[in-house]
Amino acid sequence: MCLGIPGEVVTLDAQRPGMASVNVGGARREVNVMLVEDEGVGPGDWVLIHVGFALAKIDEEEARITLSHLEQMGQAYQDELRAIAGSRID
Amino acid sequence: MRFVDEFRDREMAQGVAARITALCEPGRRYGLMEICGGHTHTIYKHGIEDYLPESVQLVHGPGCPVCVIPMGRVDDAIWIAEHDDVILTSFGDLLRVPGSRGSFLEAKARGADIRMVYSPLDSLKIARDNPDRRVVFMAIGFETTTPSTAMTVLRAASEGLANFSVFCNHVAIIPALQAILDSADVHIDGFIGPGHVSTVIGCEPYRFIAEQHGRPFVVAGFEPLDILESIRMLLLQIHEGRSEVENQYTRVVPWDGNQKALRAIDEVMEPRSTFEWRGLGWIPNSALQVREKYAAFDAERIFTLPAVRVADPSACQCGEVLRGMIKPWECKVFGTACTPETPIGTCMVSAEGACAAYYNFGRFTRLRLRQATPV
Repeated sequence: MCLGIPGEVVTLDAQRPGMASVNVGGARREVNVMLVEDEGVGPGDWVLIHVGFALAKIDEEEARITLSHLEQMGQAYQDELRAIAGSRID
Repeated sequence: MRFVDEFRDREMAQGVAARITALCEPGRRYGLMEICGGHTHTIYKHGIEDYLPESVQLVHGPGCPVCVIPMGRVDDAIWIAEHDDVILTSFGDLLRVPGSRGSFLEAKARGADIRMVYSPLDSLKIARDNPDRRVVFMAIGFETTTPSTAMTVLRAASEGLANFSVFCNHVAIIPALQAILDSADVHIDGFIGPGHVSTVIGCEPYRFIAEQHGRPFVVAGFEPLDILESIRMLLLQIHEGRSEVENQYTRVVPWDGNQKALRAIDEVMEPRSTFEWRGLGWIPNSALQVREKYAAFDAERIFTLPAVRVADPSACQCGEVLRGMIKPWECKVFGTACTPETPIGTCMVSAEGACAAYYNFGRFTRLRLRQATPV
């Protein structure tokens, strides 16, 4: 729950304001992006996601660094990815 | 060494380590507290302590939300979950945290409907899909997860969802730091500040630590190099006689934090007059409760909780670990009666707890040190 996971915004959800389809660890997930909307967020932008919410916009380099760090974490990151995989946010 | 083998910037790390050593004054000891459990994890996983001179001691702080939840709150959550019409949802991290009558996992085995979720928004979906059940989200965490709970309550309110509530256990980092600074038994010269929490609250709230308590404070990222660089920045401040708030993690943390997230928290929640922290005791204004305006989504108003205060097991020294008074391996039950498989204390449950992080990684550092020391 405490890990910030980088994800790349694929599309903003036209039907549901504040929601976006985001590529997280190779899977498409629904993420709430309302808290970073003031910075402007759109397809191709990277965000740092905490428990289903984007809390910060980051650049691609930072996303890469963070992902490589997370991959080295092992179990804790795998647990988080499993939790995300089970997520049914809509 | 694992750290050197795996870490891409070995020379850079060694370079920073050399500068750290150069900043240390002979005969002086430096106690630096990392507050965030994520930092504790990085420190042990990557053997950061191997790179530091003996005079720099890292002290692990209370920044793992799973570790500071008192047993009584776990008991209350299980009491809620045992209602026939209730579905209790929780982050997976909490499932094995012991209450006085066992953990969520054990309550689930006894028949309580407790479900693991990734996000509070998942709980909202479970509530929509189960209109005849009451869905209660076990909300825990520092300011990193608090905005998510607040935003979820706002959404539930806008949908008019009548069967969703949160059992609010959110805690605030600043009062915990204040309590540590006020306690006389911990020697801390500077703080490695939490990265993700600061994404939300920004850097300004730490100013009192630098200005009133004279302790340097550096908000740090989670890479091994980030942590080494923050330690260097802290030692440089000490060396130059400064105490300021600095931001090493500017790549992610804006100085002013995330104002929209702070507004969402303020809309839905207000400070509690006091809250019990495992190991730290009762700290005034250190946690949040749901505001009257959102009473319909507040499990503490919907249910009349037993709210029995439960003392920590006497063998457990989590409190001293959380206040930085002892190292994990100095606890009486560390690695014997208390292991990640059969935890007695919360610090051994969460992967980011100091005891679990040390048990999983750190003991290898000490083993290396022992092997390197001629008997």
